[in-house]
Amino acid sequence: MSSYTMTHLKQLEQESIHIMREVVAEFKNPVMLYSVGKDSATMIRLAQKAFHPGKFPFPLMHVDTGYKFPEMYEFRDRHVKDIGARLIVESNQEAIDKGTHPSRLGNDKCCQQLKTHALLGAIAKHGFDAAFGGARRDEEKSRAKERFFSVRDEFGQWDPKNQRPELWNLYNADIDGKESVRIFPLSNWTELDVWQYIKLENIPLVPLYFSRMRKTIEMGGIIIPHEYLDTVDPDGKLGLTDDQIQEVACRFRSLGCIPCTGAVRSTATSIDDIIQEVVDARRSERENRIIDLTSDSSMEQKKREGYF
Amino acid sequence: MSDQLDLTAYENKSLLRFMTSGSVDDGKSTLIGRLLYETNCIFEDQFAAVEKTSHQRGDDRVDLALLLDGLAAEREQGITIDVAYRYFTTARRKFIIADTPGHEQYTRNMVTGASTSELAIILIDARHGVMTQSKRHGFLISLLQIPHLVVAVNKMDLVDYGEEVYQKIVKEYSEFSQKLDIHDISFIPISALDGDNVTTRSEKMPWYQGHTLLHMLENVHVSADKNFVDFRFPVQSVLRPNLDFRGFSGTISSGTIKVGEEVAALPSGKESRVKSIVTYDGDLDEAFAGQAVTITLEDEIDISRGDMIVRKNNLPLVGNEFDVNLCWMDEEPMNPRSHYLLKHTTQKVKAYVSGIQYKIDVNTLHREDADQFTLNEIGRVTIKTARPLFFDNYRVNHGTGSFILIDPLTNRTVAAGMIRGQARDVEQVMRTQHASNRQSTNIRWEGGVVSMADWERRNGHKGAVLWCTGFSGSGKSTVAKALVKSLFGQGCQVMMLDGDNVRHGLCGDLGFSDQDRSENIRRVGETAKLFYEQGNIVVCTFISPFQADRDFVRSALPEGAFHELFIKCDLEVCKRRDPKGLYKKALAGEIKDFTGIDSPYEEPANPEITVETDLHSVEEIVAELEVYLRQLKILQ
Repeated sequence: MSSYTMTHLKQLEQESIHIMREVVAEFKNPVMLYSVGKDSATMIRLAQKAFHPGKFPFPLMHVDTGYKFPEMYEFRDRHVKDIGARLIVESNQEAIDKGTHPSRLGNDKCCQQLKTHALLGAIAKHGFDAAFGGARRDEEKSRAKERFFSVRDEFGQWDPKNQRPELWNLYNADIDGKESVRIFPLSNWTELDVWQYIKLENIPLVPLYFSRMRKTIEMGGIIIPHEYLDTVDPDGKLGLTDDQIQEVACRFRSLGCIPCTGAVRSTATSIDDIIQEVVDARRSERENRIIDLTSDSSMEQKKREGYF
Repeated sequence: MSDQLDLTAYENKSLLRFMTSGSVDDGKSTLIGRLLYETNCIFEDQFAAVEKTSHQRGDDRVDLALLLDGLAAEREQGITIDVAYRYFTTARRKFIIADTPGHEQYTRNMVTGASTSELAIILIDARHGVMTQSKRHGFLISLLQIPHLVVAVNKMDLVDYGEEVYQKIVKEYSEFSQKLDIHDISFIPISALDGDNVTTRSEKMPWYQGHTLLHMLENVHVSADKNFVDFRFPVQSVLRPNLDFRGFSGTISSGTIKVGEEVAALPSGKESRVKSIVTYDGDLDEAFAGQAVTITLEDEIDISRGDMIVRKNNLPLVGNEFDVNLCWMDEEPMNPRSHYLLKHTTQKVKAYVSGIQYKIDVNTLHREDADQFTLNEIGRVTIKTARPLFFDNYRVNHGTGSFILIDPLTNRTVAAGMIRGQARDVEQVMRTQHASNRQSTNIRWEGGVVSMADWERRNGHKGAVLWCTGFSGSGKSTVAKALVKSLFGQGCQVMMLDGDNVRHGLCGDLGFSDQDRSENIRRVGETAKLFYEQGNIVVCTFISPFQADRDFVRSALPEGAFHELFIKCDLEVCKRRDPKGLYKKALAGEIKDFTGIDSPYEEPANPEITVETDLHSVEEIVAELEVYLRQLKILQ
């Protein structure tokens, strides 16, 4: 009987595939949220597997804040073309035009405008009833209690105290007209699992994940690449000057908006290096994502409001 | 872990899903925090944050439990309010922990966490001993059929690491657990606060000779718990990307399947052969339980979502009314007059609660009358569905034996159910017992020259496996020998497999632990099957105390081939008879794990026939059994 066993990655993969197929069978108009990061890349591969030999029967949607790294836009367009997927790009253009920026509004309000508002608007506009997201439960404490199928009210809000129990592999996909569901097929994956899977599957990634020498300015423990200084600090509030520039080997552990994503010192130039680094890591992945640090419960607050 | 890793080992880890339960004060969060900390799965910034909070609170030690509190509300209350999932890894295994609260009002969450767990840890505070809730957790674990239970006696540091305190708890819980249906229980004394026996052996408890908790978690053998016998493939969707391809996607619930095998689609009953097993990573020759695949068939047959593909000669049960254990999970109480949606495998069907047998007080395990269930109540009910379902007993098949109920008005998941079997009233039971149209399924002997039908024709009777179960001294062997002799005299091809005989050779390497007992029965079952397939009447006499093992043998054979004979006899009579002097030894403590003394016996739930050796003579019983065999046309 020992031949009927699967590695942990294979088991996680089968679970995710089961969930994706269940969503396509139960919902009318699903979409996969695409943030161009490693978790999205993993989700796409799982979707390819779930519906092979066909193409996955839903579009990808990138909620663009306008603050993503140029490498991400370039990679996004190329990758979507390579796999023959349909891409929808949506933004809160009004807020972008007004110059919404974390240094002007605060991180929370900026996220609320450029991400949450844009996402909810896009879901309503296209009439999506289910949206796949790449969030994992190991990322953050409040996410540890998230379900695979997370029901949101008509305002996209999450009510952590009123979640549906999920038993066995039986998912309740029933909702009323105005509600929608966020689906998290990677719930049980950890950062290490994702990297191992990327290696095993040879999944293409944005090069920002790999270390190289970059001109940077360090501020309060956060490393900002010099070339993006104007995007991080458009009004020169931080008073950073060019003589603070250091050349350091660094990479991005997770990818978000330029103003809120710092690099980390690292010499990891290959997937194996990164896996080694993740295993050794004593710092959590989202730590360089400024959005989680505002208050001890900030992610939970955002989720309640409809962010992921 | 800072050493250069063997990355290949990390990629080839296995996975264990387990749950932890205990009350607010048993130190459950501390234990999980400890496991995460000791396996280097806590990040420096997370650790710094809890260190800071601990110091603010005035604690002199870092409170590892703080790592786990997820939501703001419960952080304020200082308790866990929901199932939270936690992850850690070692070089051997990845672990998914379902962290469930233990207090009364959250039975619902514990059932949820248990539904996907392969092992459960119950924490008992050494100072307080076995509490009502420790028993309640054991009951729920047994109900949800988690195969492995570890009872961790925590806070040993607060009882001076005393062996007596520990042994008293072990004894009390072992006694209680005999009422339960859990096959593998281990005990371990720990101090989660200081880490004793969690990942390293405690120097303060030299009297404990067992493994550490982490060692148990890393080594518990779980793949054998899965059902690889009964192929069940609930179709999730029909994949039709182009005109040349039509495949059926789904996750195999149980069993295995190979290309070329004959299958049938339910409910249509149409038959075909497996043409290919398609995955993104290439076609497979064989697929097994847990794999998400796409199956194509040789013939164009009409199959849609919710249908089930199975092997022709291994069919699930079918029915629209069945007995279930039900846990109510919604604030709104059950309304026996309303319709619910029942989600079972990949289909939804209208259903209602057509009868309530009883609810169970989870604290006393007493059965009580009930008109409805309210939040967190559990009990036995009958469910009726608008169309028949294909299902199995939850005990033998979690995938096809479980369901949820959805309230169509609120869309909430209101209940979780585990199917026990078809609902049967007395009349139906009688009909089945005496059914003259019961026939053994046609079996082809793989590659053999002589078919089973040929054997049966020459023997002048049908093959059958008569499985005698009962206490030692209940008269199994006496009845079996007399029956074999009588059948032999009538010219039957008959074969006897006896507990003592197989223990000398075939199973000589096995002891009497629960695990070894199960393996013993498995081997015997497989042996019986081989003889059955050549037309023999195989009479097996085994104490076989566990229903799951007997069900396993049943499931290994075609429907109608296995006959469970419950050799019933009062335990006191057995002890008096004591033909081998074993009870005397067991009572004197010379033999351990002796059924009826310090190891449980599960009476058959639905035996084909029950005979009472303390009430009837051997001759009467043999005559009764032969009547039974004639009624079923096993004997002409």
